[in-house]
Amino acid sequence: MTLELGPNQQPAHTRHGSSIGQPLTRRDGFLKVTGTARFAADNHPPGMLYAALAVSSIARGRVVSLDVEAAKAHSGVVEVMTPLNRPALAADPDAKDHPFMFRLDLLQNDRVRYPNQSIAVVIAQTLEAATEGAALLSPRYEVLPARVGLDGAEGFVPRGVGVGGPAVQQKGDVEAGLESARTRIEATYETPAQYHNAMEPHAIVAAWDGDRLSIDTPSQGLAMAQGRIAGLFGIAPQNVHIRSPFLGGGFGSKGMISGPQVLGILAAKLVGRPVKLVLRREQMFGPVGHRAPTRQTLRMGMDGEGRLTAISHHARTTSSTFDDFFEPAADASHTLYASPAIATSHDAVRLDTGTPLFMRAPGEATGSIALESAIDEAAHACGMDPLEFRLRNYAEVEPMTGKPFSSKALRECYEQAAERFGWASRPLQPRRMRDADGFLTGWGMGTATFPAIMFQAEARAVLRADGSGLMETGAQDMGQGAWTAFAQIAADGLGLDIDQVDFRAGSSDLPNAGIAGGSGHTATAGMAIHNAGAAVIARLADLATGNEASPLFGAGNEGVLARGGRLYRRDDESRSESYADILARAGLAEIEGRGKGAPDPASQETYAKHAHGAVFAEVKVDPDLGQIRVTRLVGAFAAGRVINPRLVRSQYYGGMIWGVSFALHEEAVTDRRSGRIQNANLADYHVPVNADVPSVEALLVHEDDPHVNALGIKGVGEIGITGTAGAVTNAVWHATGVRPRRFPIRIEDMLG
Amino acid sequence: MRDFAYLRATSTEAARQAAALPGAMLLAGGTTLIDLAKCGVAEPETLVDITHLEGLDGIAVDERGAMIGALARMGHVADHADIKGRFPAVSEAVWQAASAQIRNMATIGGNLMQRTRCPYFRDPSNFSACNKRQPGSGCSAIGGVTRGHAVLGTSEACIAMYPGDLATALVAFDATVHLGERQLLVDDFFLLPGATPDKEHAIEPGEMITAVEIPASAAARRSTYLKVRDRQSYEFAAASAAVGLELEPDGRTIRDLRVALGGVATKPWRARAVEDALKGKVLEPDAVRAASLLAVEGAVDHGANHYKIELAPRVVARAILTLGEAA
Repeated sequence: MTLELGPNQQPAHTRHGSSIGQPLTRRDGFLKVTGTARFAADNHPPGMLYAALAVSSIARGRVVSLDVEAAKAHSGVVEVMTPLNRPALAADPDAKDHPFMFRLDLLQNDRVRYPNQSIAVVIAQTLEAATEGAALLSPRYEVLPARVGLDGAEGFVPRGVGVGGPAVQQKGDVEAGLESARTRIEATYETPAQYHNAMEPHAIVAAWDGDRLSIDTPSQGLAMAQGRIAGLFGIAPQNVHIRSPFLGGGFGSKGMISGPQVLGILAAKLVGRPVKLVLRREQMFGPVGHRAPTRQTLRMGMDGEGRLTAISHHARTTSSTFDDFFEPAADASHTLYASPAIATSHDAVRLDTGTPLFMRAPGEATGSIALESAIDEAAHACGMDPLEFRLRNYAEVEPMTGKPFSSKALRECYEQAAERFGWASRPLQPRRMRDADGFLTGWGMGTATFPAIMFQAEARAVLRADGSGLMETGAQDMGQGAWTAFAQIAADGLGLDIDQVDFRAGSSDLPNAGIAGGSGHTATAGMAIHNAGAAVIARLADLATGNEASPLFGAGNEGVLARGGRLYRRDDESRSESYADILARAGLAEIEGRGKGAPDPASQETYAKHAHGAVFAEVKVDPDLGQIRVTRLVGAFAAGRVINPRLVRSQYYGGMIWGVSFALHEEAVTDRRSGRIQNANLADYHVPVNADVPSVEALLVHEDDPHVNALGIKGVGEIGITGTAGAVTNAVWHATGVRPRRFPIRIEDMLG
Repeated sequence: MRDFAYLRATSTEAARQAAALPGAMLLAGGTTLIDLAKCGVAEPETLVDITHLEGLDGIAVDERGAMIGALARMGHVADHADIKGRFPAVSEAVWQAASAQIRNMATIGGNLMQRTRCPYFRDPSNFSACNKRQPGSGCSAIGGVTRGHAVLGTSEACIAMYPGDLATALVAFDATVHLGERQLLVDDFFLLPGATPDKEHAIEPGEMITAVEIPASAAARRSTYLKVRDRQSYEFAAASAAVGLELEPDGRTIRDLRVALGGVATKPWRARAVEDALKGKVLEPDAVRAASLLAVEGAVDHGANHYKIELAPRVVARAILTLGEAA
């Protein structure tokens, strides 16, 4: 049965808190540390062959020849797939039926539109033979000059940015606001191209059985992947079975099925045997998305009290020549600071790169480092403490829309993090603090924000004759802890101990759990689980309260509570009955309930829904040598209900460390002549090592939100990057007096 | 896959003979060779495995100096109490190299044979021009991404930076490399690229590094390795300096000074001009800073690596002054 609960309606029978809110360790932790968790590439079905991708050296042009004979002559090579023999598809991979259908390179022709584009697939008995076969293809090209960089082509205004928002938005009169201002600042910041670089590369093991397809592959959105694959191959979605129990990170790059993953399926079709295809690290720099570079100009005006009179935020970004994704960087200025006039705008150039994609906090990360830097510059221009300035411009309603916030404990975040950090003793002027070793010491802050998004999800709950429970939803664990957090929600939803719940996820034959993205997975699939639990308990309550033999007879369906595998009479808890007894009396082996998770359209209209946070950073800069080290990070975040504080802290830590990475480390460096990325490996594409983040603290600020959903969950996956990158940057300025305008901040920027 | 022969050498002599065969390469820790094979730079026809040879992994230190076997692991050398005590710069150079995992595998002999991180050198399938890989084919790095390239010792044929840390410390203290019967100063073991950047080491077919010997000195005992880099670990030097200092009994006049630079040159770079300028002088900050500028005499930048010319003298000066303070 499906119980029709309103999106924000509390269930009648269950109470959160038995499992929800507990700092459980990861239920999959043992499997992972012992190496027994089976990731996609760990699968070896009988008869499996290995595929190696051959990718383009050039950024733009045409493949003129491939030495297929040489590859096929190599011992162990079974087949070479090129545009000439690639099995037919039912849909054009260049078709775009909706904005989230990204064009794929599936050997549809000889054209090359970015470096590392797939140009052939070699299938062999061993990985080594496939790899050597790919090298033997010795492609020759007709080369056209690569278009590279933020000025590499003519700019244009895209039709939409991010998930389709307007590229240009404004309220009030920004020019008038700037005109009337007592103090004005204008600054331009550049952020580089970044690549997701999940630890686990995109991998697929594909096996066909007639028109049925079975695949193991990491996916942040099983149902979307299933639909896309079914469409490409002209088969029914239910004929595509995807298993994705664990992802070794996704960060957005596994949100959509990628071209190389589909090529693995095509290869299996071509040879009629199961095929495994795993991307090499350098091959992940191209066909699986990236965060596009930006150049952002912010102008701000302030009155005599330091109140903003206008914010203007313009962002230039890049996309590929053949598809649309535009980093919505300027939109960061919509939500954080009150101003009578706000104007945001985007333009873009098309380059010979792979198509950019959602990358952890798309728009918010890039936009926030520029906005938070500019806010810091504005505070300084007004002679104000950066925290005082932010409080002076605190948004009581969402600045761009005027909507009230569903909840906003940002003030508490500022207070708690500032107190913990010791912000009060910060000198206003830069270059005033040195430590005992003579290092310039600086303190900076940034505000963090991320929208509380929900998608659509479904779940199925079962209570079994032995009193145990089953909860099924095709949720995705990317390492964030979904196996654990969802099981906690399931346990409370079913009124059972977590040990009594069999939680199943990570497979496309389970109910659609939506996408693990947009920081919305816990809220969306969590609500589906919660509602499925409520539905099956309501059924159980019917069975008990409607039967004269039950001690609960006559209590009325809503007159009972579920807890610890028993139903209790609400008005007399001495009267109770176990789930097993209720089912046994009814002669039922099991009963089932289904639930959905979805945003509430009414509250969507009424409220602005965002998580918030405040991050404070301490950096030390060697005054002569320019080395920058982050010595301390303190963040405080308010994101609604916390399902598992241990896992939530992990998400904040990871996000904050990524913020350090954004400010100081990450950059894909392009050879401007060839268009190739020259640091496409994890030795040269830097992310912080442990030694770069000696002290990270994340405070969980209590926040009740009755409007986002019945569980009160906002989402914690992405917010940690935002605010942190700006906090580190502002701390570098406070240490040195040098205002970074180009990221990552390098030694040479500090040599002065 | 590409077939190659695998030989398990039974003795040092057998290893030498096998390594003399055309296309043969020695395999020790494998941290460089396997990496280069994967990116298509190294294509050995024969791998001569020497990891199990006995008697080559010793570390012996006495008042005359240190003798480190070619198969000693980097991690062991970094942690060795007498190396730390008598050659602190050597220990510091090694523990700041690579990552703990790599140091536990990599050997001292293999480390001396470590090759450049130039991304063009390491990418034969996408950049055919590389004089180091293919003499006469040209240099893809010049005019490309150069932030990590050398500013000292470059030629028109090659600007690839020598990335190692250990050898920088070794050249500072006149260490020698033992190639069987023959011994060479480490400084002479590494060759400038000139017109033949493919020839990186003065090692001949049939020769094998068996040990590294570092003579004891007062300067080595009072020494340090300062490595400046973009992140705190698992990263090559933006600029580094191995410095050793010996003062006269007055505690302020410089009797002996050793300075070598890493991260900025095509080979481990002994900065004798700095040493000569300061020997016999009173150790004093302004004089040290002025003399340290001599470290980059003749430096040539290629755009993005210009900052190394600014940075390297500051690293040298800091290292000297830090040693001076630690009297």
